[in-house]
Amino acid sequence: FQDQAEQFFRSGHTNNWAVLVCTSRFWFNYRHVANTLSVYRSVKRLGIPDSHIVLMLADDMACNPRNPKPATVFSHKNMELNVYGDDVEVDYRSYEVTVENFLRVLTGRIPPSTPRSKRLLSDDRSNILIYMTGHGGNGFLKFQDSEEITNVELADAFEQMWQKRRYNELLFIIDTCQGASMYERFYSPNIMALASSQVGEDSLSHQPDLGIGVHLMDRYTFYVLEFLEEIHPASQTNMNDLFQVCPKSLCVSTPGHRTDLFQRDPQNVLITDFFGSVRKVEITTETVSLDRDLAGFEREFPEDELATEPLKYAEQLPVAQIIHQKPKQKDWHPPGGFILGLWALIIMVFFKTYGIKHMKHVF
Amino acid sequence: QVRLVVPIAVAFSPGSVPGDLPRPLPFRDAQEMEITVNLRTSVTSHYKMVYRGTTAQEEAALAAATAREADAALRLLQDASIGSLTMYVVPETSSLLPQGISVYVGKHRSALVRAGGSLAALQARLQQVTQLMSFTATSMAAALSDRVPDGQLSPDARRYLKSSLGFEITFSLLNPDPKSHAVDWDIEGAVNCYVKPVLDKLSLVANFSVDSQILYYAVLGVTPRYDKESSSFLLSTHSLPHVINPVEARLGSSAASLYPVLNFLLYVPERSHSPLYIQDKDGAPVSTNAFHSPRWGGIMVYNVEASASPQASLPLHVDVDMARVMEVFLAQLRLVFGLSREELPAEFLLENPGNEGLADWELDHLLWAHTVENIATVSTTLTSLAQLLDKIGNIVIKDDVASEVYRAVASVQSAVAKLGQGHLHSAFQASKEAVTSSERAFFDPSLLHLLYFPDDQKFAIYIPLFLPMAVPILLSLAKIVRETRQRKKEPTKMD
Repeated sequence: FQDQAEQFFRSGHTNNWAVLVCTSRFWFNYRHVANTLSVYRSVKRLGIPDSHIVLMLADDMACNPRNPKPATVFSHKNMELNVYGDDVEVDYRSYEVTVENFLRVLTGRIPPSTPRSKRLLSDDRSNILIYMTGHGGNGFLKFQDSEEITNVELADAFEQMWQKRRYNELLFIIDTCQGASMYERFYSPNIMALASSQVGEDSLSHQPDLGIGVHLMDRYTFYVLEFLEEIHPASQTNMNDLFQVCPKSLCVSTPGHRTDLFQRDPQNVLITDFFGSVRKVEITTETVSLDRDLAGFEREFPEDELATEPLKYAEQLPVAQIIHQKPKQKDWHPPGGFILGLWALIIMVFFKTYGIKHMKHVF
Repeated sequence: QVRLVVPIAVAFSPGSVPGDLPRPLPFRDAQEMEITVNLRTSVTSHYKMVYRGTTAQEEAALAAATAREADAALRLLQDASIGSLTMYVVPETSSLLPQGISVYVGKHRSALVRAGGSLAALQARLQQVTQLMSFTATSMAAALSDRVPDGQLSPDARRYLKSSLGFEITFSLLNPDPKSHAVDWDIEGAVNCYVKPVLDKLSLVANFSVDSQILYYAVLGVTPRYDKESSSFLLSTHSLPHVINPVEARLGSSAASLYPVLNFLLYVPERSHSPLYIQDKDGAPVSTNAFHSPRWGGIMVYNVEASASPQASLPLHVDVDMARVMEVFLAQLRLVFGLSREELPAEFLLENPGNEGLADWELDHLLWAHTVENIATVSTTLTSLAQLLDKIGNIVIKDDVASEVYRAVASVQSAVAKLGQGHLHSAFQASKEAVTSSERAFFDPSLLHLLYFPDDQKFAIYIPLFLPMAVPILLSLAKIVRETRQRKKEPTKMD
């Protein structure tokens, strides 16, 4: 039994988490949403429950007015597979997908009012899969056309996670243009990274669908998903096979990977260590012997409630106070030294250059 | 570098005093042992022993018929503060301990040890007992598992349940076949009778909240195999890991609180798959019909006795025998907390803790591990917080973050001091406060480094804005200065 236990414990993790991020919005970025949702489906199929998946999507595809098939997101042409379905649980949607929220999820510095489904509650025995897709460049990733996250920030966030032991091992997959630049700066241990293209290369999309009118998937993710279709929860396929997915002939770009920070040999890392959730179990051989007579079987009947005051609706909104409230006086601060100095300089130069005689025209 | 002091009293009953005592009774002695976890972390255990003779009352208690009665009587005479131990040495020929047993460990904090002839042999045995009842090198390594170099981790370490301020325990009844079985379980009564005493005892360690639910049409993800010889269905060991996932999605665990959740599931197999047994690696059915997963909880399969007549009206009414179920669940709860009684030397006899679920010294075991773990966590957290603040110099630290950090530092210092004095309870409370404060400081939402711009980014934004504007101003300034200098020179020239 000992060596079977050893096999169960080979990877050292006891639970799995996944953070799937789609950083684009708008209809022409349909393929990024389809990418993320397809990875979400695979990860759910292999066992990770929704409570352990943090899904960040702009989620404006399924109900977009331009979608000829509303409430669906297809990942294969001829509309074969609807990855949106009716049980997708998006944790951060639309404008909530920001760099700040993403970093808050990773580092755990979340305001206390955040609901549990929006938190990454991993511990030191969690394996985390992080998948990001969208538009990127050399050293940055664009979030929703308005902000960027740099590779330095991402590496720092991972370091913060490591300091607090928020992961056991981390697999980072990125499918954007010049994706390899995002993992260049990682320096925390136990991270393995895969990217769809090297620096200077663009990641290309797979196939357009003439019925929907946009490209449905990116090449790299398409082939990764074909690979994952063959994985089932008990399979023994390892990471080296994942590195071979999508060679240059199929993908046009050159996928890259980084394993120098990872302790174990990729040969020994199972795909299901990150994409699935296989629990380590042990047979229970002990029992506690309970003395049935000793346990006081008097079931205490709850006493009838003492008469309490009739319940009232609490005064939640002091409406009267709000209506009659005067606007709060903003405290006036004198202008700071910099502004004063700047204006003094400008005025002095003006009058010195053009002469004092102009002053009477001003006043 | 933490020093753990364990106060131990060794009382020699008449006839058991070894011949080679260095000094006459009573005398004090101390033993130190260093447990090195890694290059910079080590735990020193300091056993403060007081050797004395037994008092008249203790001798009267030791004259009882069985070890259990002696233990119960002795309990009233000890000062059983948390963390301390008392050993009573009985003569070699004493009949208090059964044949072949040389150590009896009671339910509380005392043990009866058979004298072994020489002092050295006795001390070796005493050390074994003390380590069992307080902490060992492996338990310390498990508590400090994130500092142990990878590759040296024992499976025990991966089973270790990290200390937390509270735990949520959920009991779930899974009924995949409500058409055939109408299952009734008196979970409230069972929790009040059997679980509450255990949780009350464990309340020193953490807060516990208990809830329960019944899930219908929840199936296991694995199809059991039919075995002709025993005409039953079997689940083999290697299919067990795949059982938990499909169920977990439906458990709704962790909706209620932020504490870690421990799930205990009772599965009543479908009529078409009854009876269902779990096979261990040898192929034999497991006696408890249950398995557990570290840091998660446990599952037990409850087989309904097949009714005699096949024409019995469905659904069959099933009244679950809660005592049998709770015996397994409480054992799984103990195992999840790391209190196993498996690997013991043959000559040790451990008293059954009964309905309380765990002995006092097992509680101490947990407290030692958790206190050390808390202290290590606080020091790691505060160090990494300091490193973060060094790296990003212009993060604004709010007042309450600063006060939490000060409180954490004060609490951890007091915890280390109390451990050095042997007061385990107050050390544990101080370490819990330290962890709460340090976590609150580290995870404060305002410390996100994204919100603070480094100086080079500030320059990069403001220079393109102000430089074009500054060029004519600077040039004009230069012109003014030149003119003033010229005018100053002219009067002298005009003279």
